[in-house]
This record gives sequence, C-alpha cells and structure tokens, in this order.
Amino acid sequence: MSSNDVAIVGIGMTQFGRQPGVTGRAMAVEAVTAACADAGTTWPDMQFAFGGTYSCGDADTLISMLGLTGAPFINVYNGCGTGGSALISAVNAIKSGERDLGLVLGFDKHPPGAFNEDPENVGLGSWYGENGFMVTTQFFSTKIQRYMHEYGITEDALARVAEKAYRNGSKSPTAWRQKPVPADQILSSPMVNDPLTKLMFCSPGEGAVALVVASAERARTLTSTPVFVNAAELRSRRFGSFEVYSPWLSPDREVSATTDAARIAFEAAGIGPDDVDVAQIQDTESGAEIMHMAETGLCAHGEQEKLLADGETEIDGRIPINTDGGVLANGEPIGASGLRQIHEITVQLRGHGGERQVPGDPRVGFTHVYGAPGLAACTVLSR
Amino acid sequence: MTTTRLIDDSIFTDLEGAHEVPALAGSACEGCGTTTFPRQSSCPRCGGVAMSDTALAREGTIWSATVQHFPPKPPFRFDGDFQPFGMGYVDLGAVIVESRFTEGSMDRLAIGTPVELTLLPAFTDEDGTQVLTFAFAPTHREESA
Repeated sequence: MSSNDVAIVGIGMTQFGRQPGVTGRAMAVEAVTAACADAGTTWPDMQFAFGGTYSCGDADTLISMLGLTGAPFINVYNGCGTGGSALISAVNAIKSGERDLGLVLGFDKHPPGAFNEDPENVGLGSWYGENGFMVTTQFFSTKIQRYMHEYGITEDALARVAEKAYRNGSKSPTAWRQKPVPADQILSSPMVNDPLTKLMFCSPGEGAVALVVASAERARTLTSTPVFVNAAELRSRRFGSFEVYSPWLSPDREVSATTDAARIAFEAAGIGPDDVDVAQIQDTESGAEIMHMAETGLCAHGEQEKLLADGETEIDGRIPINTDGGVLANGEPIGASGLRQIHEITVQLRGHGGERQVPGDPRVGFTHVYGAPGLAACTVLSR
Repeated sequence: MTTTRLIDDSIFTDLEGAHEVPALAGSACEGCGTTTFPRQSSCPRCGGVAMSDTALAREGTIWSATVQHFPPKPPFRFDGDFQPFGMGYVDLGAVIVESRFTEGSMDRLAIGTPVELTLLPAFTDEDGTQVLTFAFAPTHREESA
C-alpha cells in the first residue's frame, strides 16, 4: 500500500430502469446521499465532486439541491466514458495530495428507443444518414458477424450471454430486467440486425450512481472495507480500429481502444487478467460481451464459445462476468453505466452480493466500458 | 421521363467516364498511402495534408454484412413501405467501404462473396427526382467446379 493509493469508501445507487415521475436530478441526489451515508460522511464533507450526465443538463447545478458548500463541482462529459473519466479525475485529485475525500457521480434518464445522432455532429455528410447508416446496431452486428467468421463463434454463444444477463438481473434488486429469459426465446425474438435479435440488445435507460473516494490514509478512518483503485485508465481509438459510424475501414486492422485501455490498466496495477476474480465488461449487446472478453485479455480470441458453454462466466464460474446482469439487464443510462460496474465490483469485494455473491471471497475486480466514438475506460480494483 | 440525381455528388468521381456507374471517390495520402472514403482533406493515420483524389475499385469481396430489419429514424429517407436492406463492408483492397447491398437476405451475403459496384434507387425527392445511392451486388460469375 503506497501513500498515494486511492480507495472507494462509499457507494450509492438508485433503481435502474424506468422510474416515471422521478427526474434524473432527483435520482442523482438520491445516489449522492446514499454514497455519503455509506461512507459515514455527509455532502458538506466532500472536498470536490466530478460528475456528468448526457441527458439531464449540467451536473454541477445539483449543488442547489445537495447543499451550497463552496466545494468545486466539475462537470465531466465523455460519452459512455463519462463515469470512468469522472473517476479518473477524482483519483488524480487525491493522488496529487491536495485533497483526501471527494465524490464521483454519473446519472442519466433517456427517452425510450435507440439513440439518434445527426451525421453532421460526427463529421459525416447528410448522405450518410439518408442512406440509413446512422444506426448503431449495424455497427455491433457487422463487427460481431466478422468476429464470428474469424473465430468460430455461434449464435448459441450470443444467446447464452443474454440468458446469463437476465438470470443475473433476476438476482439484483436494482436491475431493470428482473425476469430470466430462456435462450430459445432470445434467439426467436425479432431480428434487429443479423445475427443480433431484440433480446440481445440493451436499451437506453435510467439510473444514478455515486462513489465517495478517499486517500488510503483517510479511508482507514472511515471504513474497514475499503476497495482500492489500483488503476483507472481511459484510451481513445487508434488508426485501424473498427468503430461505430465508419464509412470506411483500413485494411490494416489495429486493436480496439478496449485492448489498449485494459492492457495499460493491468500494467499500471501490476495485476494480470488471470488474477481477476470478478469482472464487469461492456455488454451493449451479446456480441460486445463476447468480443470484449478477449479484447480485455480475460480470455483468448475464440475461447469464448467454450467458456460460455461450460458456464465459466457465470456467478459460480471461473471468471464471473456481469454479475448484476450488466447493461443488458440494467439498461444504458450513459452517464451512470460505468459507475454501476464499479458499484457492483465494490459490492462483490465487500461480500455483500447476496444471492448473486461470487463465492470464494473475491479480492480482485475489473471493469470495462466502451462507447462511441471509440473510447474505452478500464479499472482494476482490489481489497 | 424520370429525372435522377446522385445522393451526393461529392462521394463519386469519374461522373462522365466510360462506365455506366460512376466510381466512389476517395482520397489517397501522398505521405503514407492510406486511402480514405469519402474524400478527406487530411490523413487520419499520419496527419498529412497532401491528399489526392482517387477512384476506388469497383469490385471487391464482402468483408462483413447484416440486414437492416427495422426502418432507421430520420434523416434516413425511403419511399413507400420500408423494405429490409442488406448493408455492411466491402473489401476493395486499398480500403474497406461501408455500403448498401442489392441483396436483402443473409444467405446471399456471406463473407467473401465477390461483389461489384452499382447504383440503387434510394428515395424520391418532392419534385419527383429519383435519388440514386451506391450499392454492391454479388457478381454473377459461374463457379468453376
């Protein structure tokens, strides 16, 4: 334990999924209050906050609801990497030695239906949208289609990922999707983009997550179960990776931002993928979880088919993945998703997972988010 | 007689050439040789700004494909009832291009299938002008047994 280690000492999370009549801002306040209470602190104890949201306005204006203490509240917005970016900023604030206790927040409340982007916003001509290409599901489908061709992954593996997500969601009281769905029903649900069916996709959703982070020294005075942030790394894509809204790809293929972020996080932590006891990885759809399993280094490319068939990524398997049902069962509130993963790892490392607790006293956790326009954030956490 | 126009002239080149179908227009980086689609004024690989126009190959193979089963939201435009369409990526050698396919069924869109460039009616403007977009069609060559 070095003097500039950073620990998570408090966690707070709202119910995920549709909450009619509850604003995103109200959810954010609920999560902050819960996280502060979990750490044995209150909002006025926070020396700073980093927070962000995609659909709910300016996060920093929450101070009028939380309490006007004068502490700096810095807005962070980085797409699906918002939560990860907020955490990285908080970790660096504490590592600098200037602060020893602060808050990280992510929240969102999206209308139903797929996200809709204007091609001009991402630097593409209007022809691209008129042609029917501003559709994120096409990216996921063409990427997994190619991957299945290269590595011999089948539709059965895609169904198993979604089946596991809904089963794990049924064991998580805060999940949106709480009903197990059998694999045959997942395969026979309406086709969105081959090979991915409706039940293999997440939906934009709602939720808020807050974390209280502290220096290791301060953490010792607050909790007997600190979870240390061994590494938190964000990377953007390099030339040659395959990303959403790409009118062209280079024939010289390069690894994704996920591979880069995971490798750098493991190196920074001095912990390898083989040491991970429980992982949360981006499962925007079934294929994403499969590809990300290998891109993060948790398994080899092509190994996923057998790992899934053998139940190795189940809660009681060798490498439990998305123990709370992931994005598939919790939905995708962009600002909150990355922090939900860290919340779940903290729950698991504290041994508070209840019905979905990973057996064997897990010590090391890993999280990974991925999003447009090609960025990934990974953390390595331990107790 | 129906008048027609291309969905966007800037993504095509060789409009007056010998071919019935204009070629797709890319840019080639004079520094590192990277080919982009559509044209770009700088190179995403090396950052170079010396880019020259290039006509992309008209033939290639399917790199990946899917079928779009639901109508995309605007700005997608289509006439009448929505028909699912094939789309994906075509390996043209120097560059892999995202494109519509003329086929809307996965059993005609296997990875590796040889395809060639064509034009496809996409939608109709308010004044009745038919708008054409680019697409790739499986080439109907006899397989040698």
